Amino acid sequence: MNPEVFPCRDKYFEQTMWQRKDLLGLEELSPEEIRQVLSIAESFKEVSTRGIKKVPALRGKTVVNLFYEPSTRTRVSFEVASKRLSADVINIAIEASSVKKGETLIDTGRNIEALKADIIVVRHGSSGAAEMLARHVGVSVVNAGDGWHEHPTQALLDIFTLKEKLGKIKDLKVSIIGDIAHSRVARSNIWGLTKLGAKVTVCAPKMLIPPGIEEMGASVTHNLDEALKDADAVNVLRMQFERDENTAFPGRLQYFKTFGITQARLDKANKDIIVMHPGPINRGVEMSSEVADGVNSVILEQVTNGIAVRMAVLFLVSAVREEKNETIN
Amino acid sequence: MKLLIKGGRIIDPANNLNEILDLLVVGSKISRIGKNIQVKAAKLIDAKDKLIMPGLVDMHVHLREPGREDKETVESGTKAAAKGGVTSVLAMPNTEPAIDCPKSVKLFKDIITKKAHVNVFISAAITKGRFGKELTNIAGLKKSGIVAITDDGSSPDSRKLMSEAFKKAAQEKVLIICHCEDKNLSREGVVNKGFTSTRLGLRGISRESEYERVARDIELAKAKKASVHIAHLSCRESVEIVAEAKRKGIKVTAETAPHYFSLSEEDLARFDTNLKMNPPLRNKKDISVIKKGLKDGTIDVIASDHAPHTENEKDIEFERAEFGVIGLETELAVAITNLVRTAILDWPDLVNKMAYNPAKILKIDKGTLGLGKQADIIVVSPHQEWVVQKKEIYSKSKNSCFLGKKLTGLVEFTVCGGKIIYANVNKYK
Amino acid sequence: MSKPKKIRTILCAEDIRRTLYRLTHQILEKNPVSCAIALIGIQTRGVYIARRVKSIIKEIENIDIPVGVLDITFYRDDLTVIGPKPVVRETKIDFDLNDKVVILTDDVLFTGRTVRAALDEIMDFGRPKRIEYLVLIDRGHRELPIRADFVGKNIPTSQEEHVEVKLKEADGEDKVVLIES
Repeated sequence: MNPEVFPCRDKYFEQTMWQRKDLLGLEELSPEEIRQVLSIAESFKEVSTRGIKKVPALRGKTVVNLFYEPSTRTRVSFEVASKRLSADVINIAIEASSVKKGETLIDTGRNIEALKADIIVVRHGSSGAAEMLARHVGVSVVNAGDGWHEHPTQALLDIFTLKEKLGKIKDLKVSIIGDIAHSRVARSNIWGLTKLGAKVTVCAPKMLIPPGIEEMGASVTHNLDEALKDADAVNVLRMQFERDENTAFPGRLQYFKTFGITQARLDKANKDIIVMHPGPINRGVEMSSEVADGVNSVILEQVTNGIAVRMAVLFLVSAVREEKNETIN
Repeated sequence: MKLLIKGGRIIDPANNLNEILDLLVVGSKISRIGKNIQVKAAKLIDAKDKLIMPGLVDMHVHLREPGREDKETVESGTKAAAKGGVTSVLAMPNTEPAIDCPKSVKLFKDIITKKAHVNVFISAAITKGRFGKELTNIAGLKKSGIVAITDDGSSPDSRKLMSEAFKKAAQEKVLIICHCEDKNLSREGVVNKGFTSTRLGLRGISRESEYERVARDIELAKAKKASVHIAHLSCRESVEIVAEAKRKGIKVTAETAPHYFSLSEEDLARFDTNLKMNPPLRNKKDISVIKKGLKDGTIDVIASDHAPHTENEKDIEFERAEFGVIGLETELAVAITNLVRTAILDWPDLVNKMAYNPAKILKIDKGTLGLGKQADIIVVSPHQEWVVQKKEIYSKSKNSCFLGKKLTGLVEFTVCGGKIIYANVNKYK
Repeated sequence: MSKPKKIRTILCAEDIRRTLYRLTHQILEKNPVSCAIALIGIQTRGVYIARRVKSIIKEIENIDIPVGVLDITFYRDDLTVIGPKPVVRETKIDFDLNDKVVILTDDVLFTGRTVRAALDEIMDFGRPKRIEYLVLIDRGHRELPIRADFVGKNIPTSQEEHVEVKLKEADGEDKVVLIES
């Protein structure tokens, strides 16, 4: 490698550290790796402001969106991200019901690999599914949500948005409100935010706080006003009443009364508090429309940032696999 | 034919032996134990610097035959047993179909006669098909030659039915082995409920689901004056309940498996399905209470809960993967590594937990080196280190939770009924 | 394994200053002030050169020329073969490129692949009237049919040699050295 081919490669070059073929979760990432994704995402955000919102970085590469759970937002975001990198995108949606009788996830992964795809973006209802797939295929695997385990790109985009709005992550107070027990978004956010030095509080009814969450670095409260007090940002999770586990749960109106974010409640909090939501929002359940569309809300900016963050992730994992192949040959 | 085992330390607590002696086997029986035996033997084992112990009695083994010969067979399972120094196993009845009637016991006996490399004792189901609905013919089963009954893998939810089972078992003098799990509490859980289940986003198995059932079964057994043995204790509350029952003089015995005193949920860093078993790996505090229970005698037995599963059943999504790990080939070394080397148990204690006590509980004439007894003997290198490797596993299934782990204590020879059925040919450096 | 490397100075600070004045005069000669000039520097040292040229034009003609910053990482043709991931730096072109004469600046012209990437990227920002290319050092060994319009100094080199351009803004001193390895 000759440093003069591209003079922009200078001494900083040696300090870059991304070595991962896959992005499976934020638990395993170092703070430096998280910062690297965020920093490259900044560059990609600029790309999305250009007249031609596209760069040839992944030209000739194939990204397969393998979705075992219905998802529009995440899938579309990855698709847009891939296309802005000039990759070809194939969407595969697999009905959960067909999994039991059909081929296994590993077989599907190997088939996709045989098609010479370069990156598999996988969404699966089973915790650990992305990791298992990554163990069995040589192509890159990006976790787009596995069970209740992790949803790393969502947390990265949440953190990116926070950093953009507040200039830093260290020492920020971030509260996550809602069904923590069944939320991969909550878990990834707790890992990512605490690694970067933020203070995370989770807030939910007792039955939706999983045991041992404190050991992940979050403090717990069951009182929404307490969670909002002094918080720099609040990340509001979607309440999924359709879950089996939540059948015993009071109901939408009762939830809104106790844990819904309203303007009146926000008025008592920090004036500049950032309100985030991974979407899709249940208006009138997790938050009022007034809040969702209000001045504190950054929900649509999260969507925009999601593309930049996913471009960064796809860009980073794509080259590592190539290195592996070269060492094999 | 004569077999002479020379110069090893004989550990036989039943006969109060713990010294360096020679042991002579004539035919299938132990003929002499003494200093410097001088006979012309056809076979000689030099046991210098080695231990001579009774062959292990593992009272919790899933041989999978009949029905799931893809996972294990009587032949492959007993070969694995021989490699692990186990000369007697109690086969669990959760085969397909379940061993739940005298006829299926007879069919199984035929397979054992033809295929087994070690002694296989039979347990039958408590309820027909192990469905927890209707009792099996316990009297008939007893006559057919079983040594215990158990619905292992599940536990009948009905107190009434279980109480009836203990009553019948007491009449017939049959031991009931209880797999203690309330599935209404453990539900769809796959790992210990707590930090690990939260961290990995998996459903948790609560401790209550185990220990409440331990308490229930001991209470029911006591009421009917029946013998009860509690299988695979994993959490400290269960140990405490058993200890309390023993203090009160209740006829209860208890067992744990090697993984419950050597691994904790913290070892489940990633989604390794070889660490998925039922009951699940608990935490470090549980490990220390289990160890204490072994030391103070609350826990009588170490048994492997050898549960083979094919790669197709294990190498899948964690939630869908089968519960259970194999253990016949590693149990002695795991126990030596974690209990003897750490001075929790001494060698005689170890032989009691892994040979003498289970034989006594099952009322089988095994687990000692008494003169005239069947010659089930193992010769062990107590300090030999080795690494558990997939390619060296004899069992048909490779789902060991100790793959890659370095263990101490290696079986050099296994003698069963006077025949050398396993000899370690590997040279471990 | 590494023998002591021979280092030879090719341009000193004063040489660089004079060279940049000459190149700026050439730009102005070729492009009468009335026509719209814009500078785009390739990250990172091309950016410093662009800024210096801008200030020389200001000194000579008293006009302000816009300077854009270009990081060509996403347009590289070797993304799949390079080792560790490159640092991605800022790209900022906050003026309209259409119908401008763009002076693209860089420190060293070698294979020409950087320029190719830069040209593609600029085209995605707009349609300049013309793109001209200024480089402090041309060391030969082109792999693409590319040539510079304004060259500070041609230095014949072998493949094994390295040309290192040091600029005050990044390196604390102005100097061009040839390193034999």
